[in-house]
Amino acid sequence: MKRRTWLPYVLLAPGLAWLAVFYLAPLVQLASVSLQSPFPGYPGYYYRNVDVGNYVTALGSFGAHFGRSVLYAALATVFAFALAYPLAYAVAFKAGRWRNLMLVAIMAPFLTSFILRTIAWRQILADDGFVARTLGVLHLLPGERITETWVAVVAGLTYTFLPFMALPIYAGLERVDPRLIEAGTDLYAGAFTTFRTVTLPLSMPGVLAGTLLTFIPAAGDYVNAELLGSDTGTKMVGNVIESQFFRVLGGYPVAAALSIVLMGLILVLVGAYVRRFGTKELV
Amino acid sequence: MSGPTHVPGSTGPSGPAPAPVPPARVRLAQWLADRAVMATAIAVLAYLFLPVAYTFAFSFNDYTKSNIVWNAQSSPTLEHWADPCGAPGVCEALITSLQVGLLSTLVATVLGTMIAFGLVRHTFAGRRAAEVLVFLPMATPEIVLGASLLTIFVQGFSRFGVELGFATVVAAHVMFALSFVVVTVRARVASLDPRLEEAAMDLYAGPVETFWRVTLPLTAPGILGAALLSFALSFDDFIITNFVSGDTTTFPVFVYVSYLRGIPAQANVIGFSMFVVAVVLVLLGQALVSGRALRTRRSRR
Repeated sequence: MKRRTWLPYVLLAPGLAWLAVFYLAPLVQLASVSLQSPFPGYPGYYYRNVDVGNYVTALGSFGAHFGRSVLYAALATVFAFALAYPLAYAVAFKAGRWRNLMLVAIMAPFLTSFILRTIAWRQILADDGFVARTLGVLHLLPGERITETWVAVVAGLTYTFLPFMALPIYAGLERVDPRLIEAGTDLYAGAFTTFRTVTLPLSMPGVLAGTLLTFIPAAGDYVNAELLGSDTGTKMVGNVIESQFFRVLGGYPVAAALSIVLMGLILVLVGAYVRRFGTKELV
Repeated sequence: MSGPTHVPGSTGPSGPAPAPVPPARVRLAQWLADRAVMATAIAVLAYLFLPVAYTFAFSFNDYTKSNIVWNAQSSPTLEHWADPCGAPGVCEALITSLQVGLLSTLVATVLGTMIAFGLVRHTFAGRRAAEVLVFLPMATPEIVLGASLLTIFVQGFSRFGVELGFATVVAAHVMFALSFVVVTVRARVASLDPRLEEAAMDLYAGPVETFWRVTLPLTAPGILGAALLSFALSFDDFIITNFVSGDTTTFPVFVYVSYLRGIPAQANVIGFSMFVVAVVLVLLGQALVSGRALRTRRSRR
């Protein structure tokens, strides 16, 4: 086939132009807004500048929110992993002809709006619901209730992003050669030893992809904290960004600074991942 | 794990060793582990469906003011199902969401498929940079995407007459769906057997004809899957949409905004119906694909 050197550029140009206008340019604008300075004497007004003051305010006033975002997202990622791995494993190796149906089942709840499902969790975890009462009787609750605590927020985040963990793990497991697992059993390794020494290490790229795809949206989420958390003690960085943008007069440069810091943190994580595994596994 | 060490093929000169049979204890452990894995998987699926079941149940609630608490005084009612557009704004929001979803899916699928072909089939200067640019939106939290889009729409693009609304929502949805389309279609294109296209070329099909009659049909399932994914992402998106929608109300925005004064049960009716429609569509699509695969296999015999 004759190679036409212009063809790839024609194929890529419209899509990349879209990303340049609606992804790159907005990020540059956001970064520039995060460096603006307050206009003296006109509260709520800012002028273009290179001023790190917004970053100082952002981290000084909202450091706790930042910490919560990282902590809650990390906890949700661990729990989502614990739930998603057996699910993905069963779909990949044990489901047989039910495999496609189970894959559909993992994705289907998406279409009942995420907001509706989060509100349903508020109802499920409510003080007079069976979950709260059962845990209360067993004295397993840190306080009196689940809703309006960090437990509910982490539970909601775990639930919301579980499919983002399960699908990449499934994709990773599907690529594991079953003969390697059989070889483990043939060599009299028990089921658990085979899993620990063969299957789990081979599925690690999928696990890491799932970890990123869970941690990133979880760290930036604010809906779970808004609907399931309390008014003060469980707000995450997303809640601050949202309220600074929409409810605080002239709050947007600080919100922009917070967004840039969040983005930077995530880029560091993603950069470490990509350097190790490339972008192939991030389905 | 203890147990005799056995190396297949090392038992002696009498040819390949028979397949080893693991001791009963190991087999029992394996059987138990299999059952435990399947049981856990089903429990996790049940957990995924629990809120959907709640949404369904509360679509029958005969509530007076807020549809958050079950009204035990009254029996379940079908009135919300009989009149799904009965609550003000709910069907308008659904229609907006469907319009945004269809339009952004169309644009994202076309642009994303083009990128996928460009990236798989060609090597060229700047390819690595293009890959990074396609990948980055997936690695950016939605709140950052929403905040940056709002900033540029209000402060930069407004001088070109851009106002927050339907168009900005579609532009944003195309942007975040694009990367997922590229990833999905690309996997399909990469797994195509190049010999099929070579065969077409050998049979004197030109490059354009080969593309339309061989390559594109073979990639179609991947493109369809990407389109479905892109529609699902668009239909369920709240965070980015909330930043860039202005006065336009999509279904998730409608639900979120009505949360404080009480979500009408019609939202539950619509949310659950979308779930059912999606499952039925996907299952039908799969039946169609596997049916066609079966027929092709038969006709080959």
